[in-house]
Amino acid sequence: MRWAVVVFPGSNCDRDAEQAIRLITGDPVDLVWHDADDLSAYDAIVLPGGFSYGDYLRAGAIARFSPVVRAVAREAERGKPVLGICNGFQILTESGLLPGALLANDHLQFRCEIAKLRVETNDSPFTRLYEPGEIIRIPVAHGEGRYHADAEVVEELRRTGRVAFRYVENPNGSVDDIAGILNARRNVLGLMPHPERAVIDWMGSEDGIRMFQSIRAHVEEGLAHA
Amino acid sequence: MRQFDVEVKVWLKPSVFDPQGHAVHGALVSLGFEGAGEVRIGKFIQMQLEAEDEEAASRQVEEMCQKVLANPVMETYAFAIRERGQ
Repeated sequence: MRWAVVVFPGSNCDRDAEQAIRLITGDPVDLVWHDADDLSAYDAIVLPGGFSYGDYLRAGAIARFSPVVRAVAREAERGKPVLGICNGFQILTESGLLPGALLANDHLQFRCEIAKLRVETNDSPFTRLYEPGEIIRIPVAHGEGRYHADAEVVEELRRTGRVAFRYVENPNGSVDDIAGILNARRNVLGLMPHPERAVIDWMGSEDGIRMFQSIRAHVEEGLAHA
Repeated sequence: MRQFDVEVKVWLKPSVFDPQGHAVHGALVSLGFEGAGEVRIGKFIQMQLEAEDEEAASRQVEEMCQKVLANPVMETYAFAIRERGQ
């Protein structure tokens, strides 16, 4: 399988994501510039963290209009796994691929620490190798990670099992302790924590490894059946 | 075509907690402005716009707010349009 890591002006976790995927899967990974308008050659797409287009106006607001995000939407429509990490999550909500929005942390501090997350579902291409209810340790690094959606949306996410991860200790004021959510089709995941920063022992946690292995297992299974 | 000056205000919906406003409120009270009530902080956008008439300008600004300038999930907006030189 082949992975795309999208690079916007202002992305800064693109190389981390690329290296983590290469290390874990051994698969080819391309860094794809934001003006690309066709991602059909890729089996999985990662929107990395950073400050796309300087996060002018709102985090992810300008990135949403780039050609590559339209291409991401097309591949998501085809059912390919799309993983948005941190700024990637913000871009996914701004573009409407995921519901809700991400706001300034309720205490206004930038939080950079390893966070404990509860895996709420393993029914997704991103979490199939985790146990539901399992506590994992993944770093967060954000100033605007307070997930917000109106009560109806939050209730629907809960009812349909689309909250993939919850914070054990809420670091930013997110509604319902939400750290990551899935779209209705479950092939798009957005999360504020950084799984690519938890893939080697010296990083303090290796709990991110299984997210990339999960995606790989999902795609390889699909390719085998194709 | 006519020239318009547009002013757009964007701020968080009343239902959304505004930590900046909350912090500034605390600062105002600690400075002795004890009458200061809830503070909400938003954005102010000035724009020049060319359009056929005021109605067309208003329609365009409404669309800009919906699509880019504000995120209706968490924000609300208001705008004023004035023809230049009037």
